[in-house]
Amino acid sequence: MKRSLGAAIITASIYAGSPWALAWAQGASAHNIAAPPASAAPAEDGQWTMPGKNFASTRYSGLDQINVSNVKNLQVAFTFSTGVNKGHESAPLVVGSTMYVLSPYPNILYALDLTQPGAPLKWRYNPKPDAAAQGVACCDVVNRGPTYANGRIFFTTLDAHVVAVNADTGEEMWKTKVGEINKGETMTMAPLVAKDKVVVGNSGGEYGVRGWVQALDAASGKSVWKAYSTGPDRDVKIGPSFKPFYDGDKGQDLGVSTWPPNAWEQGGGTVWGWMSYDPDLNLLYHGTGNPGPWNANQRPGDNKWTTGIFARDPDTGDARWYYQTAQHDIHDWDTINEQVLLDMEWDGQMRKVLVHPGRTGFVYVLDRTTGEVLSAKPFHALTAVTGVDLKTGRLQYNPDKEPIQNRVVRNICPTAPGSKDWNPSAFSHRTGVLYIPHMNMCMDWETTEPNYIAGTPYVGAEVRMFPGPGGHMGEFSAWDIRAGKELWTINERFPLWSGAMATGGDLVFYGNMEGWFKAVHARTGEALWQFKTSSGIIGQPTTYRGPDGKQYVAVLSGVGGWAGAIVSGDLDPRDGSAALGFVNAMRDLKNVTTKGGTLYVFKLP
Amino acid sequence: MTRGALMLLCASLLVGACERERREFRRDPVVASDEDKITMSSISPGGGQPAAQSSARAKEFENNAYHVSQGKKYYTWFNCNGCHSNGGGGSGPPLMDDTWIYGGSMENIVRTIKEGRPNGMPSFRDRIPDDQIWELAAYVRSMGRAIPQDVAPGRNDDMHPRPAENRQPYVTPIPGGSTPPSGLAPQ
Ligand code: HEC
Repeated sequence: MKRSLGAAIITASIYAGSPWALAWAQGASAHNIAAPPASAAPAEDGQWTMPGKNFASTRYSGLDQINVSNVKNLQVAFTFSTGVNKGHESAPLVVGSTMYVLSPYPNILYALDLTQPGAPLKWRYNPKPDAAAQGVACCDVVNRGPTYANGRIFFTTLDAHVVAVNADTGEEMWKTKVGEINKGETMTMAPLVAKDKVVVGNSGGEYGVRGWVQALDAASGKSVWKAYSTGPDRDVKIGPSFKPFYDGDKGQDLGVSTWPPNAWEQGGGTVWGWMSYDPDLNLLYHGTGNPGPWNANQRPGDNKWTTGIFARDPDTGDARWYYQTAQHDIHDWDTINEQVLLDMEWDGQMRKVLVHPGRTGFVYVLDRTTGEVLSAKPFHALTAVTGVDLKTGRLQYNPDKEPIQNRVVRNICPTAPGSKDWNPSAFSHRTGVLYIPHMNMCMDWETTEPNYIAGTPYVGAEVRMFPGPGGHMGEFSAWDIRAGKELWTINERFPLWSGAMATGGDLVFYGNMEGWFKAVHARTGEALWQFKTSSGIIGQPTTYRGPDGKQYVAVLSGVGGWAGAIVSGDLDPRDGSAALGFVNAMRDLKNVTTKGGTLYVFKLP
Repeated sequence: MTRGALMLLCASLLVGACERERREFRRDPVVASDEDKITMSSISPGGGQPAAQSSARAKEFENNAYHVSQGKKYYTWFNCNGCHSNGGGGSGPPLMDDTWIYGGSMENIVRTIKEGRPNGMPSFRDRIPDDQIWELAAYVRSMGRAIPQDVAPGRNDDMHPRPAENRQPYVTPIPGGSTPPSGLAPQ
């Protein structure tokens, strides 16, 4: 077994680059495997400069020194304490011979010198965000990472500023305030830099804010365009070039008419998740968050343009198409998860697709030039929804699980954080498989009367979550995109809240909330190596080639986030409704891990 | 025990006043709470306890079932539950545990609500009338049951996410400060 595997790997690396060799190694038949567009995923250079790794968001590195046969020897190269006790969702970046690590609030950026033994601190930059922002951050005070472009590191702060820092010196180049915490706006997302623009969006979908996405000039920090997720067409940047695929998205000012009067002003649709960019089509892809409040009785209508995916022109912000994954969302199913851009054969034709494992429970494959849904296949136990109608694009809800005011509706699967929340999947360029870290959970939901007071939560629901069928709450699944089915899956006791990463060594890395950092075989799911870090892992693993020419793997440990708030926020486990109902499922986490942020970097001996 | 039964009990015992049940429909002019002696520390230079004082007003509110149940109503009206859930916490710290960052006395809690606190507790001064703030504080004290059992609210009619306030064991507030003393979070 071992031997034949080794042989397959050697053969595959000899023919690396040839699609035939890859298809053969995969054991697949004649058709070639999916691949990201070359313009969005350039050749491997050993760095990791943005959380998604590349514009196609594949989170795949071609580095293969660490591989299935030697990963068992992986050991700690160095560690670094961030000094922060909140949830660490961010991705460590490597540019040249410097590593950049961004902590959750207070959002301290550390630069580590990889040329020196132990990677000592080069400099740190502290943006000193307003502490009051912590009160209006719904689900721990996380940050999903910095990003690098043209000699600068860009990131968002919890108090809704965007900063640019000189990557060599740590000097602040500019800092722009883009949101108002007193209205409930915070920022947690990682910016995407497309061309000369830094694209960012706000958080605060649980506080009655109005979502937006905004492009800042990378040189000056000045706003170039801003598009809201609700309201009149001109605010949403919908104009003559907007050509949605489905009829339900066509018409004037749907961002107003699909809401009760003025409800869109507090309608949510925040843009707090991932973005991708296709340089060939010159299209930027971003999702929009849940409509507010959670109590859907307050907002009859489709609630455009929340819970959907937009394609926009990054130069002007003009919308090109939009697809709504959950019209009139009733369960907090933000559409902010990653969009993986691939070119693949679909029914005998090459298609430019966008793959989105959604909170609704389906992995969506869209044509990224038009917004047409090619497939939507379930990857989670479902009771709340039955499918997606490919003719209309509409999600089909199960009427039995629709919320009723002041009545507890039981056993709704998936839960409010969805089948899968923000934590991104990885696509291996070698296996052609998508690796999805996700949940297996259900919930009870009672709709209550919300009360809009600016700067305080606007939710209107009592929730309690619990494990799904089988009793485990997390799953790590290898997903066949074309067939729309799971190839293998690894069950985890707690929900998976960490990102995934795939490498040229045919490995996939992820961490669990108990603190285990794991490497599994990309083809079989066999567990090959694991290491227990100091706290639960909810970060995004990355890998790079060090100045010594060796491959390293990095991850932040430090439990928290919505799922881990019970530990990072010292919540009281007796109240199941704490942390918007997550505590009900996570009571045991306190007995398993404690808080504290530490960077771990691994290498071969 | 229902309120009616208690009333009967009060009457039958011919007790002059039953604090739990008392309602004042016109309140005395407000005593400026800023003059209360409030402390957030249990140490004071020169030895001895810091000068602190629990006002009669505090007792009046927290020993009164009407005030506590009004406080429970305002707790959702003013969206306290959005940040503190049903006491277990969310973006704000838990209120049903025994550990207090800014002190667990009525006066401390009234201050917290009025002035806000730096890590994200909004200031409700001039947003909530004074009496209602005291009622809120009395309810907050009931969440971890720092007040008499017969005053604390019973279980909710709807979703039952936590044991009812009056089912909790009595707790003594502990000055916790903002950093837990060890990696072990307060349970
Ligand atoms: C926007 C979110 C938010 C809202 C709304 C909110 N709080 Fe808070 N609250 C917080 C945060 C955050 C803290 C912690 C502040 C700090 O550590 O500086 C806090 C602290 C407190 C404390 C102090 C706890 C301690 O350990 O000392 C009390 C008491 C409290 N809140 C009660 C209330 C009440 C009553 C309401 C409703 C009138 C309310 N809060 C509304 C976020 C909120």
